[in-house]
Amino acid sequence: MAQKITISPITRLEGHGKIDIFLDDQGNVSDTYFQVVELRGFEKFCQGRPVEELPRIMPKICGVCPGAHHMASSKAADAVYNVKIPTAARKLRELFYNAHIAHSHILHFFALAAPDFIPGAEADPARRNVIGLIDVVGKDVGVEVLKNRGYAQKIQGIIAGHPIHPVASIPGGMSKPLTGDERKEIEQMGRSLVAFAQKSLKIFEDLVLANKKYADLILSDIYHHETYYAGLVDTKGHVNFYDGRIRVVDPRGEEFVTFDAADYLQHIGERVEPWSYLKFPYLKAVGWKGLVDGPESGVYRVNSLARLNVAEGMATPLAQEAYEKFFAFFGRKPVHNTLAFHWARLIENLFACEEVLRLSQDPEITDPKVRTLPTEKPTEGVGVVEAARGTLYHHYITDDQGIVKKVNLIVATVQNNAAMGMSVKKAAGKLIKNGEVDSRLLDMVEMAFRAYDPCLACATHCLPGQMPLEVRLIQQGKPIKTLARNMSK
Amino acid sequence: MADKKKIVMNWASACGGCDVSLLDIEEKIFSVLDIADILYWPVAMDFKRQDVLALGPESIDIGLFNGAVRTSEQLEDALMLRERCKVLIAYGACACFGGIPGLANLSDRAGIFEVAYHETPSTVNPEGVNPQTVCRVPEGEVTLPEFFDTVYALNQVVRVDYYLPGCPPTEERILDAVNIIAAYARSGELPPPGTVVASQKALCDECPRVSTRTGARIARINRPHEIIADPGLCFLEQGVLCMGPFTRGGCGGKCINANMPCRGCFGPTERMLDPGAEALSAFGSIVGAGGEDALTIPEMKAAVNSIKDPVGTFYRFTLPTAIINRTLKDGRNKVKK
Ligand code: SF4
Ligand code: SF4
Repeated sequence: MAQKITISPITRLEGHGKIDIFLDDQGNVSDTYFQVVELRGFEKFCQGRPVEELPRIMPKICGVCPGAHHMASSKAADAVYNVKIPTAARKLRELFYNAHIAHSHILHFFALAAPDFIPGAEADPARRNVIGLIDVVGKDVGVEVLKNRGYAQKIQGIIAGHPIHPVASIPGGMSKPLTGDERKEIEQMGRSLVAFAQKSLKIFEDLVLANKKYADLILSDIYHHETYYAGLVDTKGHVNFYDGRIRVVDPRGEEFVTFDAADYLQHIGERVEPWSYLKFPYLKAVGWKGLVDGPESGVYRVNSLARLNVAEGMATPLAQEAYEKFFAFFGRKPVHNTLAFHWARLIENLFACEEVLRLSQDPEITDPKVRTLPTEKPTEGVGVVEAARGTLYHHYITDDQGIVKKVNLIVATVQNNAAMGMSVKKAAGKLIKNGEVDSRLLDMVEMAFRAYDPCLACATHCLPGQMPLEVRLIQQGKPIKTLARNMSK
Repeated sequence: MADKKKIVMNWASACGGCDVSLLDIEEKIFSVLDIADILYWPVAMDFKRQDVLALGPESIDIGLFNGAVRTSEQLEDALMLRERCKVLIAYGACACFGGIPGLANLSDRAGIFEVAYHETPSTVNPEGVNPQTVCRVPEGEVTLPEFFDTVYALNQVVRVDYYLPGCPPTEERILDAVNIIAAYARSGELPPPGTVVASQKALCDECPRVSTRTGARIARINRPHEIIADPGLCFLEQGVLCMGPFTRGGCGGKCINANMPCRGCFGPTERMLDPGAEALSAFGSIVGAGGEDALTIPEMKAAVNSIKDPVGTFYRFTLPTAIINRTLKDGRNKVKK
């Protein structure tokens, strides 16, 4: 009789998720289902709302990446009015947005990802969390994590109102300029952020890369998928979070297509499966072949590793150095190793922090002219940014009063939906043989999709613990074995 | 020696912002750990639902619940916590009033599915697939929780003791709640049931622009992107709709300080039955230059119609708890012959 393993609850971006693993009669994995079990219907209930209100409504999709929705939404609304925002407003948005990325990346790495390596997968689960991490790296580093995470939040609050749900970006620019005092405060925090980002990379090199066991794990086939990659690049082909064109490379790293956000419908389709509330985006030109990798499958990946894979380099000097080291380590490009998302995230964090510091010193950043009043008749617009978790599309169609008739959203994590399902299946398949399951399954499965940072990070970085995971082996409808990760005590 | 309280934090139809807001109190979170043991917090800790289910009735001192109730699983969570918690606190606008996801009550499940899985332009779904609560797959079956037609605030499905409004609650109000928990741990003292942890007055009372508010008629409604608002002047005086008069204070005016009008995430003050209805009637009667006597009916209509999207403006965070709290399904209110 076939067995079924359920991992529930797991938590993620749009709400809640779970994993079902089915075993065949021999006890080997026959299939896995990574499911998202909720939907909130923003695309429906934003119909009828004035488009200028959407930048304040859309962030409520996600309290972990509200800044990304705020930006994508205001850019879409700018496009609806065909309004060009003043340079100072653009710089202010970019400053805000790089702080947003830094916040998310710091949170994910230290709270969620790092404990898998430091103290590590073999450690007592009760210590495999941020507290155990601090035991290894020292309390002063722990204090720095908290402090710098807080800075990244404060910068967002200063520029855009609330540190969690921002309000200041509207069609035409920003509702308020930056004062001189605020600028000084941000500059100081920016210095600290850059130093901390460098230190974070050093920690990764010393404690992960220098440890053969972890280096091997990163290179291991368990976490390896040859897929397409997509991400924004600027005119020089550098990674950019706020703006640019979407570049897609194929599994060999050759440019497949580069397109403007406004043309996304020609390139991306979304598949519906009856067993998940989350859709499955894929490259239309290649086609949907199911949850498989390779050049014949339209599955593509987004997020940090994807961005590094599609770009020619980084726009800031320290991040560029780190970028070169990264590809030298793997000796190839693109890098297909899923765990490399973590390293790529730290390189991007350095870039974002360098950008915060650079923009805070830009003389134009305190220019009071941060608004252009829209004059054209509103119609239709697409706004795109690189959210911490990947490319984020907002597409609005309005009537001539600017009242929204249609909304389409392709959220960052959703684009990794197929890939996460594949990664879970591969890790489980490599690990579960002849019905034998031990608690390492949990580690491996968790690590497989944690690398994608599927918005699980939100609250895990301050208190002991990791994601709630429970695996039940079910035979003939009855649980025969329960594996629970023990974080209590 | 104070007796340590047992606390749980649960999220339902939420964005995660409420959970993150707890972290924004930074190192003060450790003062929570001094007075309380956290028994369950799905996004931060690995205790499981089954651990909570194993606890007896009233075995948890305080339950914090964020997010609205939208699926069968979230309803079960609400019932599970109510039974086990001595004190249940609705945390954030979604739990208190339904919040922004509550705007989905302008539609229903079928309408939401139709848009999400069929109409959106990037969706390719020629077979017309919809997600199913029970789905046969080759190896067996997988299930999804049921998606309700209606979004509920927490107090519409279980009794709620206290309310901590905001989207998400601000740091200052979270610290107030922490103090309440501390007093409870120290002396067993609790505020009266139904207490809202925020100001008893309207946001206008704490707004730096209030001295410029005259209550005069509004000639024309300006949408926020249509004017560059004067940061020293009340929004209403500039013709920009602001929910400040109809919203409870306590947020510190974070939106106003960013030169954006209030949208009401702290919900109504005590005296208000239905903030949206009050705002609608108040604004409806002051829009239009010169007053009713000076206006023809078409002019009056035009003035009132310059309020775009009254539901989304006045009920942005409170639709599920409004007197009229959802649209009826097509055909349901037809008289049967
Ligand atoms: S109240 Fe606001 S912050 Fe809290 S869950 Fe709802 S939308 Fe998110
Ligand atoms: S209406 Fe708005 S801007 Fe005016 S005083 Fe009240 S809160 Fe302040």
